[in-house]
Amino acid sequence: MPNAINIALIPLLPFAGFLLLGLFGKKFFGKTAGLIGTALLLVSCLLAFQTAYDYFFVYGKVNGAYQQFVPMQFVWLQFSKTLSIDMGLMIDPISVVMLVVVTFVSLMVHIYSLGYMKGEARFPVYYSFLGLFSFSMLGLVLATNIFQIYIFWELVGVSSFLLIGFYYEKPSAVAASKKAFIVTRFADFGFLIGILILSYCSNTLSFAELIQRLTTPGSSELQTAAGYSFLGISALTWGAALVFIGGAGKSAMFPLHIWLPDAMEGPTPVSALIHAATMVVAGVYLVARLFPVFALTTPEVLEGIGWVGAVSAIFAAVIACTQTDIKRVLAYSTMSQIGYMMFALGVSKYGGEEGLGYTASIFHLFTHAMFKALLFLGAGSVIHYVHSNEMKDMGGLRKFLPVTHITFLIACLAIAGVPPLAGFFSKEEILLAAYQHNQAIYYIALITSGITAFYMFRLYFNIFWSKPYHPHGEHQGEGGFVMTLPLFLLAAGALFAGFIPFGTLVSSDGKPLESHFHLSFSIAPVALGLAGIAAAMVLYKSQNERPGRISASLGGLYTAACHKFYIDELYLFVTRKVLFNLVGRPAAWFDRNVVDGLVNVTGNITLSLSEGIRKMQSGKVQQYGIYVLSAVIVLSVLFIYVW
Amino acid sequence: MNLLLLLGAPLLTAVAVLLGRNKQQVRWMALAGSVVQLLFALGLLVAFRAERSGGQTAQMLFEQNFPLIDALNIHFHIGVDGISVSMILLTALVVTAGVLVSWNIEKMTKEFYFLLILLALGAYGFFISLNLFVLFFFLEISVVPKYLLIGIWGSGKKEYSANKLVLMLMMGSGLIIVGMLGLYFFGGHDFDIMNLATAQISTDRQNLIFPFMFLGFGVFTALFPLHTWVPDGHSSAPTAGSMFLAGISMKLGGYGCLRVAVYLLPEGAKEYANIIIVLSSIAILYGAFVTMMQKDLKYINAYSSVSHVGFSLLAIGMLTQTAITGALMQMISHGLMTALFFAVIGMIYDRTHTRMVDEMGGLMKVMPFITTVLFLVGLCSLGLPGLSGFVAEMTVFVGSWENDTAFHRVATIAAAMSIVVTAVYILRAIGKTAMGPVTNAEHLELKDASWNEKLAAIILLAGILSIGLAPGWLNDLLTPGAEIIVNRIAGK
Repeated sequence: MPNAINIALIPLLPFAGFLLLGLFGKKFFGKTAGLIGTALLLVSCLLAFQTAYDYFFVYGKVNGAYQQFVPMQFVWLQFSKTLSIDMGLMIDPISVVMLVVVTFVSLMVHIYSLGYMKGEARFPVYYSFLGLFSFSMLGLVLATNIFQIYIFWELVGVSSFLLIGFYYEKPSAVAASKKAFIVTRFADFGFLIGILILSYCSNTLSFAELIQRLTTPGSSELQTAAGYSFLGISALTWGAALVFIGGAGKSAMFPLHIWLPDAMEGPTPVSALIHAATMVVAGVYLVARLFPVFALTTPEVLEGIGWVGAVSAIFAAVIACTQTDIKRVLAYSTMSQIGYMMFALGVSKYGGEEGLGYTASIFHLFTHAMFKALLFLGAGSVIHYVHSNEMKDMGGLRKFLPVTHITFLIACLAIAGVPPLAGFFSKEEILLAAYQHNQAIYYIALITSGITAFYMFRLYFNIFWSKPYHPHGEHQGEGGFVMTLPLFLLAAGALFAGFIPFGTLVSSDGKPLESHFHLSFSIAPVALGLAGIAAAMVLYKSQNERPGRISASLGGLYTAACHKFYIDELYLFVTRKVLFNLVGRPAAWFDRNVVDGLVNVTGNITLSLSEGIRKMQSGKVQQYGIYVLSAVIVLSVLFIYVW
Repeated sequence: MNLLLLLGAPLLTAVAVLLGRNKQQVRWMALAGSVVQLLFALGLLVAFRAERSGGQTAQMLFEQNFPLIDALNIHFHIGVDGISVSMILLTALVVTAGVLVSWNIEKMTKEFYFLLILLALGAYGFFISLNLFVLFFFLEISVVPKYLLIGIWGSGKKEYSANKLVLMLMMGSGLIIVGMLGLYFFGGHDFDIMNLATAQISTDRQNLIFPFMFLGFGVFTALFPLHTWVPDGHSSAPTAGSMFLAGISMKLGGYGCLRVAVYLLPEGAKEYANIIIVLSSIAILYGAFVTMMQKDLKYINAYSSVSHVGFSLLAIGMLTQTAITGALMQMISHGLMTALFFAVIGMIYDRTHTRMVDEMGGLMKVMPFITTVLFLVGLCSLGLPGLSGFVAEMTVFVGSWENDTAFHRVATIAAAMSIVVTAVYILRAIGKTAMGPVTNAEHLELKDASWNEKLAAIILLAGILSIGLAPGWLNDLLTPGAEIIVNRIAGK
């Protein structure tokens, strides 16, 4: 049986860190804040590993399938007799995998930040925010109730806001943090309405009951729900689609992705944690959490999810090829890879062999967390060294940053899908699932994997090769042990995580899935990946004129991709021109001039009237008393005799 | 517990303040008095819960009833249920914080505190009254001092604002008098709320009186389009005045709408529910959009109050138990939040001498405590979990969704849309004032909060967090009262 206290401590320890450092950090822990935060997270991480081990190998499997456990749950807010927000701990394969991912990456980032953020004036504040984020993310993962997940969903949103805006004196950081919060809030509005619809249809907010009631054919809830529709689309479809919109906002799926590249304004370790490995996959996690409902009750929504994922994957990959800020390249790469996870769920079915996409999605989530966190931390080391995010300020760094160079190369190979690194296995499973269920998406994914290899190695060559580097000013090297240790550990993950027999641990129905590994199937994606790497090598290994010529020959397409296909401009137009100028401004004018104007006019009319009946205002109290009394009498007479 | 203590304490405080020999004495006496009131309010909460858990199921507890004018059935009838207890707690918290933030008022200190305590007396009396006549009397006590507070200690076009505010609230009172007389004659010549709740009043007659009552109290709670006293009144009022006005006065209206209009005239409420829903949905979205365009912090909070109070009215119009519990939670939550918001605005204004967001920037660097509080109150306003606003809004949404007609659905969705607009204006306001580079070099010299300001903020934050983190206690307090109202609507 799961140990409720140990599991509860996993999120609560970072929370304790948040409180301790947030309230007393500045006074007492100016220097030691980082160590305190890291120590707490280390314990959290060990507990998470222990929980995962116990779950997968000791008690989790009953009758050949992994079960769901709720070791602790209490009512937080009772809305009505049937609906309540419960807070609890959910232990099942995906939550356990996420516990490991979140605590491990968070621990790496905590350690790395000891070096990266050293000397920062708001060092304790930084660690307290990291604690708040870790707590919220773990609470989200462990949610047993759809409202619980919404609560922590909002909390990770605000932690992300605080950390993106950590350098609050920089106007661009402030703008980016606001943008991230507002765009995801817009998506959360959909999520909230989706929750209301689903909870109304199922008459519960608990995940287990909701899934059970909405997936049992012929259940009374399904029959009632069938009676509701809007615009010819059934209420359940609306509910599921709106919940997905919430997930799409958090996971930066097209067209709600615009906040993610800007979010790179935050400190780089934060990008690694929040905007690469954990928070941005919350949308994937949400769809996986409600997967039976999507797959069995609203397959049309699931198909839509598949397409959103596929479009996001290729769209972001194309943009990534044109960006020159290394963190933005990684941000678009993240969006693209989350697109993979999303469409893997989209092409999956529920149960048995057909559920391969589900396993593949969570597998990719796991491996991606390793190599993408590694890429970001590596990028952090580079930025730490050259004090710039731009490729043009880099080149030839392999001699100066040997550890970063090797680990970054490993991560690039992993994400490009080169066997036998982690990314190869998970991507292969995704492609296989797509091939079996949706050929169109399969081909999109195949092309994208070639583009992925290309832009990753464009990045790699531009940073570490290209032109020779001339050190100038002060350089701090690779930041010492605290900054290289996380790189080594994550590189180990990127190298070996692929060998975990994921299918036996995580599957759509809890029953183990046989591994599907077909050498012949792998030829195409691996060949495309190698071609992408080769192309990048030709173009970027040393400085030459080819990249310029190619971008010139692409003309409009290149410019459009470089400007991120003008999606930001579109949003700006809608918010500035439409919402502010066409709604906000007229409303404010209306209020001051029409509504308030009427009040003033009434006042003035009364005033001029009273000029006429001034004589009544004699100043004699008795006379006023008579007026009041007669009014009361008149009203009384009316009430008694007339009405 | 004797409820007369709640009237005696402010009365004694007011007298003590008048007897104070110098400003320092006056301040400390006002503070001591308001702390005593806060302790009484907390004691009332404890005593109330003890009675309830001891199996006391009467609708009202700690009742007392003295005849005043027997011939007209005017009795000094007082008593409390969970709803009143929570409102009293809100009042005590806001008043204590208000006394603390007014510490540096040098102009006519004695009179200022006297009027402030008088307002508190009116609010306590209002919330414990079970007789319409007494209730109305206390309502008026909490209006008139506002005229002086704004007129004397206010800023800007204070005479205009004071006139406008008092005239509009008087108009509301006028409507309430008409409604009261209607209830008196139709309900068997009685002013007693508990008796009127069992009186048989025909549907036609209820439909006749309901608009008077609802609009009358609606003016107090900024029912659209009768809300225009709010922005002007707040912008001119002194800090504590604004805190009281938005934190408590608007709740007098909301409480009245529910306890008097809806509870005593359930058929009328059903008849007009849809109009209430339309008006409040407009208020929520319209208020939010108007807020988005404001540049003065006080106007931002004033219009955002119109939007937030709209949630209470919307939920009242929804007439389900969950929604009405949500309406009450929103009143409490908004009361605490908006009082704190005005307190912080006051603190910033005292230092920067401006309330225009464009003239500030980077204040986080200069006054970390004050801006942290600004952040928290902003996050509460945009409904962040862990703070009270979230709990209240979600209860309203879930309760509203229980009505399954398309009309109610659309209204709920429209209201929920405001969570996005709220995020926009709150982050704009915070982003411009607290974040970014320091735009005015003089601001670098400013000091952070003093002890009294810190204490005021902590008192209100404690309320916000205790609801936001563990909403159960407030829910338990409000639900039985809401259930009685809903049962009456359902005719049980």
